Amino acid sequence: MATLTAVRPAFGGFSFDNCKRNAVLEVEASKVGCSVPAARKTGTTICGVVFKDGVVLGADTRATEGMIVADKNCSKIHYISPNIYCCGAGTAADTEMTTQLISSNLELHSLSTGRLPRVATANRMLKQMLFRYQGYIGAALVLGGVDCNGPHLYSIYPHGSTDKLPYVTMGSGSLAAMAVFEDRYKPDMEEDAAKQLVRDAIAAGIFNDLGSGSNIDLCVITKSKVNYIRPHDEANKKGVRVTELEALKL
Amino acid sequence: MLGFMRGQPLLSTVIHREKMAAAPVMMPYFGQQISSKSDLVPDWTRQEVSTGTTIMAVEYDGGVVIGADSRTTTGAYIANRVTDKLTRIHNKIYCCRSGSAADTQAIAEIVAYQLGFHSIELDEPPLVETAANLFRASCYRYREELTAGILVAGWDKRKGGQVYSVPIGGMLVRQPVSVGGSGSTYIYGFMDANYKPGMNKEQCMELTAAALSLAMERDGSSGGVVRLASISEEGVERRVILGNQLPKFSTH
Repeated sequence: MATLTAVRPAFGGFSFDNCKRNAVLEVEASKVGCSVPAARKTGTTICGVVFKDGVVLGADTRATEGMIVADKNCSKIHYISPNIYCCGAGTAADTEMTTQLISSNLELHSLSTGRLPRVATANRMLKQMLFRYQGYIGAALVLGGVDCNGPHLYSIYPHGSTDKLPYVTMGSGSLAAMAVFEDRYKPDMEEDAAKQLVRDAIAAGIFNDLGSGSNIDLCVITKSKVNYIRPHDEANKKGVRVTELEALKL
Repeated sequence: MLGFMRGQPLLSTVIHREKMAAAPVMMPYFGQQISSKSDLVPDWTRQEVSTGTTIMAVEYDGGVVIGADSRTTTGAYIANRVTDKLTRIHNKIYCCRSGSAADTQAIAEIVAYQLGFHSIELDEPPLVETAANLFRASCYRYREELTAGILVAGWDKRKGGQVYSVPIGGMLVRQPVSVGGSGSTYIYGFMDANYKPGMNKEQCMELTAAALSLAMERDGSSGGVVRLASISEEGVERRVILGNQLPKFSTH
């Protein structure tokens, strides 16, 4: 089973040497009155839907660090291959690096096979990596794309399980988004209807979930082209500052 | 911080270790202490994804009938309401998965690979007992790390229809009828009363559909649609029974 893919050798998962050190630091820090920085996570709404000619992926653009918004306009739809994109929820670093690693390996695989990569291949690579790390890589992904077998959509959980479905949502705002999908999804929608549905689902997540916010990014993937619309919708526009005099007139 | 998400998908089984008693969450929650503050994230996001399940397999003369519900949960949220828990391992060998969704998917894919390779070497369709032993080998070796309760069922030329049960812990036993998953506890009595050796395929299908409906009615972690499949020399025939078409039993 020789393979040309250059994968990082699996040398035994995480090293927990720093955990004791971190625990001591946390105690010391609280004694002085400071707190240790929290990992930046994307409290998120991401979703995807399969329509007649392809898939539409959607995501909000808020990245949070605890209760603070760390990035008001971060990009959660990651490139995997020309025909495959992946939305990521969870720990921002984990989703970023995982998608980049699989993208790199998939490109090598595609050169080796001489064919456009398949969504199922990307799914296998992602799930096998996440399972190997037993859930410690906090990446929950919505993987979508169009290949020789048509459009495909997968949801991938941090522990390595996947579901292949016509519509999926992930992230802290997933319940709000799923409510919209369960109400209005129909098989074989047109592109505009699908875009509107995804936009509404993400909007539901943005307005009803504290961890999601800012703008709505869409990515429409069809057999012939990919349309990465960033932003598709500015759901939260920053207010314009007015002087007291002008405010009184309003 | 892993606040965002709905935890790990599980197919919840009947667990005889006390720590995993009734709840659909199978895995003890270790390691992810950083995210103990909920702030932006609701509780169910931290649960492992479980297929809170009812699965069943029955032998008849000439083949087997297998069935499962279609619910995957993460805590109290249903992550997938149309799951297919009847996973193809080989042309005439299927497995029913219960326990952690990630664990069972990974094991099933590994065994499918091993069995496919073995079948090519043999230049013959593989035996159901071989598939069952491959499952048992993985489930027993990694018993401390895994939560997987699996029913292996299929047809081969040597022994016809066979059902093998590989529960949590990695035991292997052949049984004419077997049920599994968190919902199975509600139908042991029904099975003991209603299963008779020598039933034909249609009777087995009806028995399985009825048993699964009863379990899905009572077990919160089982539900959705009933997926059935029959495997025989002729091949594999799959059926889906939607929620409103399920056999009805009312107590009031």
